[in-house]
Amino acid sequence: MLINMLLVSVGAVFGVLARLLLSNWMKTKWPMQFPLATLCINVSGSFLLGLLFASGLNSHFQLLIGTGFMGSYTTFSTFKLENIELHLKQKYRLFWSYIGASYILGIGCAALGLWVGNTYF
Amino acid sequence: MYYVWVALFGVLGALCRYLTGVWIVSPGFPLATLIINIVGCFLLAIVMKYLAELPYISKTIITALGTGFVGSFTTFSTFSLESIQLIEKHWYGTAALYIGASLIGGLLSSRFGFYVSEQWLNRRRNRHAH
Repeated sequence: MLINMLLVSVGAVFGVLARLLLSNWMKTKWPMQFPLATLCINVSGSFLLGLLFASGLNSHFQLLIGTGFMGSYTTFSTFKLENIELHLKQKYRLFWSYIGASYILGIGCAALGLWVGNTYF
Repeated sequence: MYYVWVALFGVLGALCRYLTGVWIVSPGFPLATLIINIVGCFLLAIVMKYLAELPYISKTIITALGTGFVGSFTTFSTFSLESIQLIEKHWYGTAALYIGASLIGGLLSSRFGFYVSEQWLNRRRNRHAH
């Protein structure tokens, strides 16, 4: 149990910092109303988790990279917070396109990751 | 120090997520992730809409709690993977229930967090006015 918690912790350090740095960098480079940074993070993380799962690495790697890194890199709460902010600002078109893009691309890229992992690894 | 605090709280959030997943065992339906994500939506709204408005809490602590703890506690990648796994098993009803509950439950929970934050801020303002 302790070794599992250690693996999750090490992965989480890199995951949370990757999200923070990438998100800040994108928001500075391409400032816009649409929450593109969180979308890119969640979609890329979904693809990579699918790939990792299908690659058949042992449970230690799954905890380090999957539960630790990818789990902390991607986020659900910020996605919903940004949704509510768009809704309160009455940006309904952005609200719906953000929801649609997140769910369709997120689940789609997890499927793509699984397929790539099963085919090539 | 800023990055150290975010990383530290991120680790705590990830450990809470991992332990919740170990504790809630529900074969057939990804209940742990759903509960974690819905609870996290409420917590993030409280951090960003209530705690962030309090004068004595620093920006570093808000980022550590919001981006670090709650951001790492909740997860989107596991949600996506679990959804596609349910679809691959042809459990379409369960998949629809899971995706729908995350979609609507997450929005309502976040909105409720906004509402509670506003109530608490109003109460503070009234207290200071008297």
